[in-house]
Amino acid sequence: MTGTVPMIGASVPRREDRRLLIGRGRYLDDLDLPDALAVAFLRSPHPHARIQRIDVSAALAMPGVVAAFTGADLAPIQRPLAPKVLHPDLVDFPRLPMPPHEVHYVGEPVAVVVADTRYLAEDALELIDIDYEELPSVGSTAVALAENPPLAHADAESNIAVRLRQRSGTPEDALRTAPHRLSGEFHVIRGGGHSMEPRAVAARFEPATGQVTIWDTTQSPHYARQQLSLAYDMPEDDIRVIAPPDVGGGFGPKAQFYGEEVVVPWLAMTLGRAVKWVEDRQENFVATMMERAQTHRIEVGFDDNGKLLVVRDFIEHDQGAYCAGLQVPSITTSTVPGPYRIPNIHTELIACYTNAVPTSSVRGAGRPQAVFAMERMMDRIAEYLDIDPAELRRRNLIPPEEFPYQVGIMFRDGSPLTYDSGDFPALLDGTLDRLGYDAAREEQRVAREHGRYVGIGIAVYVEGCGLGPYEGAKLRLTNQGRILVTLAAAGQGQGYETVYAQIAADALEMDMAHIDVTTGDTGRIPFGQGTFASRITATAGPAVFDAALQMRERLFDTASRLIGCDPGDLTVSGDTICLDTDPEKSVSLLDIARAANIGKHGITLRDGIKPGIETVSYFAPARAAYASGAHAAIVEVDPDTGAVRIVKYVIGHDCGNVINPRLVDGQVLGGFAHGLGNALYEEAAYDPDGQPQATSYLDYTLVSAAEVPPVELFHLHTPSPLNPLGAKGAGEGGTIPAPAALANAIEDALRPLGARITIAPMTPARVADAVHAARQDG
Amino acid sequence: MKPAPFTYHVPRSLPEALDLLAEHGDDAKVLAGGQSLMPMLNFRLAQIEHLVDINRIGAEHATPRVDGATITIPALARQRQIERNAEIVAALPLLGAALHQVAHPQIRNRGTICGSLAHADPAAELPTVLSVVDATFTLASARGVRTVDVAEFFQFYFTTALEPDELLLQVDIRKPAPGTVTVFREFATRRGDFALGAIAATCRFDASGTVVDTRIAAAGVSATPLRLTAVEQLVTGTDLNPEVLAAAADATSASVEPTGDIHASADYRRRLTATLLRRTLAAAKEEHHG
Amino acid sequence: MAEHPITVTVNDIEYQRSVPDRLTLADFLREKLRLTGTHLGCEHGVCGACTVIVDGAAVRSCLMLAVQADGCQVETVEGLAEGPELNPLQQAFQRNYALQCGFCTAGFLMSVTAALRDGPVTTDTEARDVLSGNICRCTGYTGLVKAVLEASE
Repeated sequence: MTGTVPMIGASVPRREDRRLLIGRGRYLDDLDLPDALAVAFLRSPHPHARIQRIDVSAALAMPGVVAAFTGADLAPIQRPLAPKVLHPDLVDFPRLPMPPHEVHYVGEPVAVVVADTRYLAEDALELIDIDYEELPSVGSTAVALAENPPLAHADAESNIAVRLRQRSGTPEDALRTAPHRLSGEFHVIRGGGHSMEPRAVAARFEPATGQVTIWDTTQSPHYARQQLSLAYDMPEDDIRVIAPPDVGGGFGPKAQFYGEEVVVPWLAMTLGRAVKWVEDRQENFVATMMERAQTHRIEVGFDDNGKLLVVRDFIEHDQGAYCAGLQVPSITTSTVPGPYRIPNIHTELIACYTNAVPTSSVRGAGRPQAVFAMERMMDRIAEYLDIDPAELRRRNLIPPEEFPYQVGIMFRDGSPLTYDSGDFPALLDGTLDRLGYDAAREEQRVAREHGRYVGIGIAVYVEGCGLGPYEGAKLRLTNQGRILVTLAAAGQGQGYETVYAQIAADALEMDMAHIDVTTGDTGRIPFGQGTFASRITATAGPAVFDAALQMRERLFDTASRLIGCDPGDLTVSGDTICLDTDPEKSVSLLDIARAANIGKHGITLRDGIKPGIETVSYFAPARAAYASGAHAAIVEVDPDTGAVRIVKYVIGHDCGNVINPRLVDGQVLGGFAHGLGNALYEEAAYDPDGQPQATSYLDYTLVSAAEVPPVELFHLHTPSPLNPLGAKGAGEGGTIPAPAALANAIEDALRPLGARITIAPMTPARVADAVHAARQDG
Repeated sequence: MKPAPFTYHVPRSLPEALDLLAEHGDDAKVLAGGQSLMPMLNFRLAQIEHLVDINRIGAEHATPRVDGATITIPALARQRQIERNAEIVAALPLLGAALHQVAHPQIRNRGTICGSLAHADPAAELPTVLSVVDATFTLASARGVRTVDVAEFFQFYFTTALEPDELLLQVDIRKPAPGTVTVFREFATRRGDFALGAIAATCRFDASGTVVDTRIAAAGVSATPLRLTAVEQLVTGTDLNPEVLAAAADATSASVEPTGDIHASADYRRRLTATLLRRTLAAAKEEHHG
Repeated sequence: MAEHPITVTVNDIEYQRSVPDRLTLADFLREKLRLTGTHLGCEHGVCGACTVIVDGAAVRSCLMLAVQADGCQVETVEGLAEGPELNPLQQAFQRNYALQCGFCTAGFLMSVTAALRDGPVTTDTEARDVLSGNICRCTGYTGLVKAVLEASE
């Protein structure tokens, strides 16, 4: 060690920032792709329809149009896009890149135009002649599960995609014998990812090599390459998928794989021209996957002290028009029990097909809904027994000495749901201390005397993260004498170029100034999975650390041969490896590269020098790690307008050991803003037939700085025993419990009026309507 | 999201602009600030043949003025320019209060007052404000100039008295009588959003605190900004005591016929409008008492 | 449809170009001048990513036609840095972790630049007001608020 402070745990400023602040970011649409043609898709205006006739000849005849294709023209690549996470009972319908016969949601692509500019391509879309036969359609799970419902897929027997069931203990018996039972019905509405940069794909084909290079805003370039390899029946080495160095946010939807990603490179290969498709916001609203829509009918049994005996939750999940994967419903079924010790559990989910854009993970991924249902019930129990809601939770939290804690059901990664570590009581109490819980209760009492509606809400959650199967890293000593860390993972603003240099710097005991990081390019590293499920720090982190330790050994080995000493006598100083006792005796990284990597043509290597200084490591976690947290809010509600003012908000967060605390804070606070949107604002409304109703930012309301309150954030750091860094995931914890905490606070504020909060988002109209309904009942 | 093709015209004088409108009429749209029109063009919700950009018809059409009791807001006066014009805001605080709630500065920097009025969204702030003051709308065409009042100007959702060849040349607003209290109250989901409900009111009290004259209008509850004349009658001659306010709120509920949408039910909007009415009048009373 | 010759000064450099009727200012900056720091996030004037300063006023470049910028002075994110040095606002953004993915950042910088020319921003509430015309999906705005307050000092 050269006396430098450890980089892991240091709030290092981000390397990415400079180029982004001067307008020199390299987002996909910023890349210079000379002569690239613009691609635009014609999309179905109907939720469910049969294509009777489609004619692109007028579009094709338009000046400036290079090509136009329908689904029928794409026969060679019309292979179903497989669901990411499967289940043996899944009734699957093929999701084709661009269906030739039947469309199942508004926004599904039916034809594609290639033109000189996007302006012309959009003009040409209007010239495509298409006749549809409209079919009955399904706009919600309620419609999907009604008696004799319209069918989302004309040839289906029902709208049910799959039933998922999780059980532990004897829930029916427990419900029968429980001293008290309460039930509730809760709804969460659709919401989206809304990365500020929509999706985009560009491609260029090199006939000379037979290779296609694809730039894709994907969170999962290696997954995309694998899907394309199957779709095109091409070896993976001929497909290079590059996630550009800068991607404008991901949040889940960009981790999925879409028809456009198959069509656009095919256009490049077919036309022999570079092509670029940049999704606009209008498309993004209807064609990019979203999430959230679920209905929970939950029942709990408990004793006189409020100890939970059983939870049973029947869940309707909106899968959308196709099954892109069962990760979200699966996660929901295992998130319901949360941080509480519950001996008997039954969660049962019906995933329904609807005629809306498919659902998949959006920041939180099935967890916010489960936490919403469970935490609403915790407050209802507290109300029923007249126990303080914080105290009720304390009585049920899993104590820290019980880790690893087996919940008794399975997690979405295929392993038994086993919480690895944490300290839930400390999280809750730390959060409440910072909120000033007791004082807040007193203020609430006084406020009520003055006719003001002040409420306090709490939500505690556990988040499975750091999922497998594996993530990898490669380190190489470059011919310029620098250390290059190559990650398969692709970033969307998380600061990978900084974070992974920090990790490598500690393992190498080298200043990070000599370390570069590159990400998300299948041409640079063969294997990888992708950025999703708050998994990268806990998987790529250990891989980088291990590969960097190996690198250090390789560097020291080579240096010791060059200097003529024992590797144990060496240390790192700047960009040199030198004798601990005599820093003058040193070799630079460039010297080492010359000796071991560059070599001299035809000249035998010096004795003992091992050529090719490159190290690789893949880390495969034994199972998921579990981050946890507690949110607490004080709100004041205007019962007449339904306005909710957040007076104070505290987040307690435990994601194990952290690499860069400021970046973790940013993840949590950004996640909170998204959760606040889900709690109070964001609603991807569809009508009962499946017509989207919120397709602009005037109707789909994202929070601005004016809506987000200051948040007090504190951390516990309970290391995960499942990886050598002790890291867990941080990307979603800010989002997950926010709707629950705010719903609890709002209902608490309105308790004197008896209003019931059952739907997220809690828009002003919903809050005021709940008050109005209670007043009418009262 | 690129606009469909159109022919862009940039007249350098008012007569030139009016000639272009006369020539292209139904196929033309006037571009002033563009903050409503351009999104519609980008979405291809509006497709037009000719776009007549009036931004260069002359500085005199961009300069607001206060002349005695009249505030003149010409076609190209930007919203931001008006909200920062101390003389106008002092003469008509209602306008300043409402403008602060219109979208965001980046929109108001381009958006014009007259453009918003000509767009005639009944949920928007400015048409509602104009409904409670004495205002004259000057409509110009190659055929000549005519004036209409507010009741004539706003005809239906996004529909005004403007003929296809006409331009809203200016709006003249009479300052309310000295001592008039003006209040604007709106409720929107987020900062800068379209209001779920809004009330604009002018209120003149006598020395004893009795309302001698009032005008009240509601936004977003009808096809045009809606004057609540029944409510005005009900509160005139009262001191706006709590019973009167309750009765006024009830009268408001009975007067408005909002429609529901994904953001709020019709019933919510009715209750919200009544609530805002009550709060507006209470604020007026409080302001009068100072 | 026609092409219109325009002369526009962007970051103190005068450009003479011919632009089609319907080309937006945002696309002009990005495609014709290759100033790609200005981003398009919604193309209907809400997200603010495309905010630039035209004749001193922050405006949405997606809601303005390129031809309308004829004779105008346009400032974009590329013009903020002072030589190789980040300007004080850019430095405040970096110090306060006011950006993550960075896609919206140019719009925030331009909105705040214009706002700070109007006068100091001294409170959390004022800062949030100044920022409220732009959307960031990553940061939760905490760092942005701090950056505005710090840059205003």
